[in-house]
Amino acid sequence: MFKLIKQLTSFVAMVAVLFTFTTETMAAKKSKTLKNTQKKGFVRCGVSQGLPGFSNADASGNWTGVDVDVCRAVAAAVLGDANKVKFTPLSAKERFTALTSGEIDILSRNTTWTLSRDADIGLTFVGVNFYDGQGFMVRKNSGITSTSQFKDGISACTNLGTTTELNMRDFFNSKGISYTPVTFEKADEVVAAYDAGRCDTYTTDKSGLAAQRIKLSSPDDHVVLPETISKEPLGPVVRQGDSVWEDIVRWSLNTMIEAEEYGITSANADSMKTSENPAIKRLVGAEGEMGAAFGLDNEWNLRIIKQVGNYGESYKRNIADTGILPDRGPNELWTKGGILYVPPSR
Amino acid sequence: MKYRILAYIFFVIGFSDLFIKIFFGNIFNEFTEDYYEIANPILVFTPVLFFSIGGIFLKEARVNMSIENFGTSRFKYYTPQLVCLLFVVLIFLFFTFNAQINMENRGIDFGFGFLKQEASFDIQFSLVEYDGLDPYWWAYVAALLNTLLVAFLGIIFCTILGVIVGVARLSSNFLIKNAASWYIEFFRNIPLLLQIFFWYYAALRALPLPQDANSLFGVTYLTIKGYYMPSFVWNNLNIFIYLFLAAIISIIFVRYYAIKLRDTKGKQLPVFYISIFLLIFLPGLSFLIGGVTLNFEIPILKQLSATSFIYDGGISVPPELIALTLALSLYTATFIAECVRAGIQGISKGQKEAASSLGLTPNQVLKLVIMPQALRIIIPPTTNQYLNLTKNSSLAAAIAYPDLVLVFAGTALMQTGRAIEIVSITMLTYLSISLAIAALMNWYNKSIEIKEK
Repeated sequence: MFKLIKQLTSFVAMVAVLFTFTTETMAAKKSKTLKNTQKKGFVRCGVSQGLPGFSNADASGNWTGVDVDVCRAVAAAVLGDANKVKFTPLSAKERFTALTSGEIDILSRNTTWTLSRDADIGLTFVGVNFYDGQGFMVRKNSGITSTSQFKDGISACTNLGTTTELNMRDFFNSKGISYTPVTFEKADEVVAAYDAGRCDTYTTDKSGLAAQRIKLSSPDDHVVLPETISKEPLGPVVRQGDSVWEDIVRWSLNTMIEAEEYGITSANADSMKTSENPAIKRLVGAEGEMGAAFGLDNEWNLRIIKQVGNYGESYKRNIADTGILPDRGPNELWTKGGILYVPPSR
Repeated sequence: MKYRILAYIFFVIGFSDLFIKIFFGNIFNEFTEDYYEIANPILVFTPVLFFSIGGIFLKEARVNMSIENFGTSRFKYYTPQLVCLLFVVLIFLFFTFNAQINMENRGIDFGFGFLKQEASFDIQFSLVEYDGLDPYWWAYVAALLNTLLVAFLGIIFCTILGVIVGVARLSSNFLIKNAASWYIEFFRNIPLLLQIFFWYYAALRALPLPQDANSLFGVTYLTIKGYYMPSFVWNNLNIFIYLFLAAIISIIFVRYYAIKLRDTKGKQLPVFYISIFLLIFLPGLSFLIGGVTLNFEIPILKQLSATSFIYDGGISVPPELIALTLALSLYTATFIAECVRAGIQGISKGQKEAASSLGLTPNQVLKLVIMPQALRIIIPPTTNQYLNLTKNSSLAAAIAYPDLVLVFAGTALMQTGRAIEIVSITMLTYLSISLAIAALMNWYNKSIEIKEK
């Protein structure tokens, strides 16, 4: 019996040793997500299931859009190639779970920054790449030109699991109008239902309305009403707990916006290296040690500007030239009357 | 003895492994992502491995021992099972702790407190009073009732249709028989989700807008925005219900009396006609002398804007409910039809012939001889179909029907971000509904099965 106990204790000791050996700590200096991304060779990015101007795949599977460009910028900064991105299309319902469970590393999917999302569910919003607001679309021949003409019994189609659902309720309640919400999981289903006449109005972010209008059978028969019922700051999101990765994504976005401010474009970025202005030189990696804190080299921001372009180029390419929202509105630089204002890179 | 020691050693290893993982699990957090992706899924199950190897040795030891001694005690019999039970419990604990540790790392809370928070979203339609000011748990109740509603309607319709088609398939009429089998082969072999999409996006899309709709029966309208029908406005409804209950109770007494009369005097009472008379006469009496009145609130076309209309008043059945009920019952009815056919064909012809030779009418043969036996074959597989229908109703989320999956595991999950809590509540709910249906059907099956003495 004594022999048995001795045997057992030695076994337990062995097991314990086995497990303590494998708990060696890794250098916490570098970001886990960054290290992993560099090892994999691509950035894992969550995007929408198809929203023209923001994230939309063409027939050959190439993703374009301002949300897509954020992920491309991160790939350019971290891996040196803007094309090394793996896009995962996600529904509104799936997006946060995909991020918190580690299936993706950046969620760039026209996601509204709110307190509860930022604080409650293990996410961190890194900035705003599009200032939006919720609006309504109706049929032109209905004669409705303002939300004040909505009457009791109106049915409104929208997406499931969005801030839209909550804003819509606040809006109709404050106006004292009874309404029927019809919520679908996919944007395409909402468009199909609205197009068929299931709903009197389609409500979502105004940029979304403008983009989805193109998908309707006859876009000219529909109008977006002028009222904006909410603030919808859309921006990229990362998992909570990896502050280095969070900073990389934040400053990749900021670099694009600041580059526009200083007139640095993908075409002239290289020549800007010899600029007189130190702020410009910092933005193209010709002065200072701007990448060391992230564990990146010094030309990370130059690569973003060269490969993806500045924010203005991205907006023009994806949203203005496609006819979705030719007018930049609040998404103009602060120097030109908009509210795009980012902290300085220094 | 050799086996026994080995077995216990493995158990101890398994336990200590599990123990370390549960209580010191967070020491693994410093691992790389590769650990989580490759090693962790395997390492999670190492205790299982140790326990099963231990179990094999223990079994071996027990077999050896019973061969030697020709007899075992209760203790020896139950110990391994208790160990297994304990192990299962520990595994569950491990998964819980593992999830908890990972959630803690990512800054996610766990708890059901959110159920008391204000939901602040609306539901398209619900059977109970629901408003966005209500808490999440009330949204859950509203959504659950919608799921139960579609399951209930689906079960009723698919049973009726299934029995008709099942009997039709055995008909001697060539046309009826083939129509029934074509229907079964067609609807049974197309995925349900596609059928739901078809009914919602294709069939119901062809319906007219409210202003263009022609009325059915003068007062109901089938439109793209739903089916509008008059609602009942009752006066003194309680008196009507009491008399209706009284009619049902008296029918039970009449049946009882008829059986007694048949057994003692050999007389037959026309129970069926008496029942119908009672059902019409007693509630009818309430209108004449009970002061019960019934009015209809007829839906009236209402203009919202130049081109959009709805019907106001009455009851409106949303098109999502219609499409879902149609798809679910048409699909499940095919399986029930096959169960019914199998049940009837499972009774040998000799039974029918013997019953006829006793002088029973064909009606009595079916009711007293064939059906009681056929039901024993029909009920168990039909229970499965009812369960399938209920679980399939979760596909409602695809077409905006506000069921449990769409409202609770959809909107509520999104707004709160409580994935683990909400998904586990939803899973438990479906499990409970299914077990309740199964229990009910088992009870019915017990009541009709052969009573062995």
